[in-house]
Amino acid sequence: MSGASEVLLRVYRYNPSNSGKPHYQNYRVPTFRGMTVLDALIYIKENLDPTLSIRYSCRMASCGSCGMTINGLPRLACFTQISELKSKYILVQPLRNLPVIKDLVADLDEFFNKHRLVKPYLIRRDVEEQENPREQYRQSDEELERYVQFAYCIKCALCYSACPVVSTDKNFPGPQALAQLYRYYIDTRDEASEERIRIVNNAHGIWRCHFADSCSQVCPKGVDPALAIQLMRREMMFGPSRG
Amino acid sequence: MEHDVVIVGSGLAGLRAAIEASRVSRGRLSVAVVTKTQVMRSHSVSAEGGTAAVLYPEEGDSFESHIYDTIKGSDFLADQNAVELFVHSAPREIIQLEHWGMPWARREDGRIAQRAFGGMSYPRACFAEDKVGFFEMQTLYDTALKWDNIAFYQEWFATSLIVEENRFRGLTAIEMKTGELHAIKAKSCIIATGGAGRMYTFATFGHSSTPDGLYIAYKAGAPLKDMEFVQFHPTGLVPSGILITEAARGEGGILLNAKEERFLKRYAPQKMELAPRDIVSRAMYTEILEGRGVEGPDGMSHLWLDLTVIEPEKLKRRLAGIREICVKLAGIDPVNEKIPVRPVAHYYMGGIHTNIYGATPITGLWAAGEAACISINGANRLGSNSTIECLVWGRITGEAAAKYAMENGFSSSFPTEQAEKEEKRIFDGLLGKAPRINPYEVKKKMQRTMESHCHIYRDEKSMIEGLRMIRELKQLPYMGVEDSSRAYNTNLTNVLEIEAMVNVGEIIVTAALQRRESRGAHARRDYPKRDDQNWLSHTLIHYTVEGPELSYAPVHIDKYQPVERKY
Repeated sequence: MSGASEVLLRVYRYNPSNSGKPHYQNYRVPTFRGMTVLDALIYIKENLDPTLSIRYSCRMASCGSCGMTINGLPRLACFTQISELKSKYILVQPLRNLPVIKDLVADLDEFFNKHRLVKPYLIRRDVEEQENPREQYRQSDEELERYVQFAYCIKCALCYSACPVVSTDKNFPGPQALAQLYRYYIDTRDEASEERIRIVNNAHGIWRCHFADSCSQVCPKGVDPALAIQLMRREMMFGPSRG
Repeated sequence: MEHDVVIVGSGLAGLRAAIEASRVSRGRLSVAVVTKTQVMRSHSVSAEGGTAAVLYPEEGDSFESHIYDTIKGSDFLADQNAVELFVHSAPREIIQLEHWGMPWARREDGRIAQRAFGGMSYPRACFAEDKVGFFEMQTLYDTALKWDNIAFYQEWFATSLIVEENRFRGLTAIEMKTGELHAIKAKSCIIATGGAGRMYTFATFGHSSTPDGLYIAYKAGAPLKDMEFVQFHPTGLVPSGILITEAARGEGGILLNAKEERFLKRYAPQKMELAPRDIVSRAMYTEILEGRGVEGPDGMSHLWLDLTVIEPEKLKRRLAGIREICVKLAGIDPVNEKIPVRPVAHYYMGGIHTNIYGATPITGLWAAGEAACISINGANRLGSNSTIECLVWGRITGEAAAKYAMENGFSSSFPTEQAEKEEKRIFDGLLGKAPRINPYEVKKKMQRTMESHCHIYRDEKSMIEGLRMIRELKQLPYMGVEDSSRAYNTNLTNVLEIEAMVNVGEIIVTAALQRRESRGAHARRDYPKRDDQNWLSHTLIHYTVEGPELSYAPVHIDKYQPVERKY
């Protein structure tokens, strides 16, 4: 895309204090080589309309702030180039399955609460060593590989927004939380396998997932939550795969 | 609203402090983390390459060596007692994080692996791929969720500290979701809001990295220190400025100019690409100025970072993050193509003045991480020392602020008039009042001024002009917020950020103009030599209504007398 061209962004607007209905607003934005959707939104905010609210920070797909629905799909605005959309018209909406605070800013409280529900931390019995660490717990490369992919999660909520089960069952933890459950469950340093199974072994829990796989398709970091859910279920059905 | 300890900022230092304050009090203290982002969004997640600590003295590393590397790297401006405390405290933090779930890379024997970094004479940077800061943040955030006594105030923008008779009393913050301004009363406080951030146009920082945390502490009477020392990282991806980790060179990557020449042989013949950042960045800048850069399509001259010399499987495994960024955002696969890079604003050695335990001169107020100037970094920080500084002083200040809160009660009175004044300033003075000058334009002009007048090389004439321009910007009528809505009004928070940026810009240039020598990252064309006779001292910057006021304090020297730095 050359420097002279332009793109049209059609942006979802909502302001709770105006008690108004959501509406859409169009903005024309000049493009440059390598421009991302986030660059375009910042251009709007700084040059055309300072009232537009966006959540963003690192602009390098590490912080997970700028999840939104771009041309119908949940994506990170900073990791979506204008040119890859192959369209002169871009529809930008907030993430689905979550309440909206203002414009493109979704309320992630329920998402973070579900993450916390699965006890996303190592649980161990050696309290004294945890308090006063002396010796490394050893771990082989192979043991690391079993969980590290699932630790790539940046909590951007794209998977949560794409999940068809979340949209019908608000008590379902969602793909992000379940992948984190498995991440800690399979870590050789963790000692709470049974407790972790109990957390999700219920009607609204891990069995609710029907493998639509949309979570894994939208994950910008290659976490593959659907695989984590599948592996966790296998553990629950056939017993732990480790001693 | 009342908490025993309030921590401003949720990066590595803030989260580490929150956990420590909880541990020390066995969960009895109520700890608040006030953060303008959501937790996990802080820019610590973008730290890439490594975290330094002496883990295996039996294999050849030593505390002595890490101490001396750091002091020499700092161009002898670091306080040597602080560096000693730092180096001795570091290993425990690495193992502590490992115990909390950190996916450190491992060696054959299952113990934590380490890699080489610039200016370090032993490979002592612990790592987890090239997403070290990200994984450390995840480990701390997840671990913090164990503690029910920690309250996260996510997307609460702190606007002022409330200080009475040089004692910390509380702070005011905007709850962004509702737009309400709250006063939080607390016994002790830790500022962990990072460095001055996006003061330059070409910078590695995320958009939320701005100096508002520094600015509110400064306005409340806490002096800043050594703000003239700005670190330019050698390898910012052109044109975005995204960081390409130093670990890329630690793993064997080389730097080339337009003639495909490894030019560092002329600047740091021994250490080459693994010389400290100030030296490598100056070398690169000189290459570009002398016409040996490559003209990029975006009008930015650059050099090449060549990673094709690294074995591809190793690159894919150990540098996965930067490979992903290069492929996705620059259309370059470093496995078989060179990466266009140039020096980029990356870190501030300066910050809030503290003693070696992170305590500021204000009773009840501590600072940690990049926000603080302890000082272990002096005039130039070594790569892999900042994440560990956050962890070490997160722990130290968390413990100190907790103990203070356990030993002291809440004051009977609270200066509510300060909070009311703040409410008037923001809601009556700013909200819904369209400014005559676009504040975002002011921000851009400030950044361009810093880029052109107070960059890698500095001189008096150019800095005087830069200072004049920044003072002019300061006077412009940009303080106003067109968006009148209460909910999630980032126009409002942006204007407060820009106010902090313009004022901190003035501070940086003022301090740089005064320091008539070259030391570490501060390179004066008109004073090209280090001058220990006159300038072996820290700059202290105090707030006055007229502008920054400077004074100087001695450097703490124990064992190591300054010598010429050669690499």
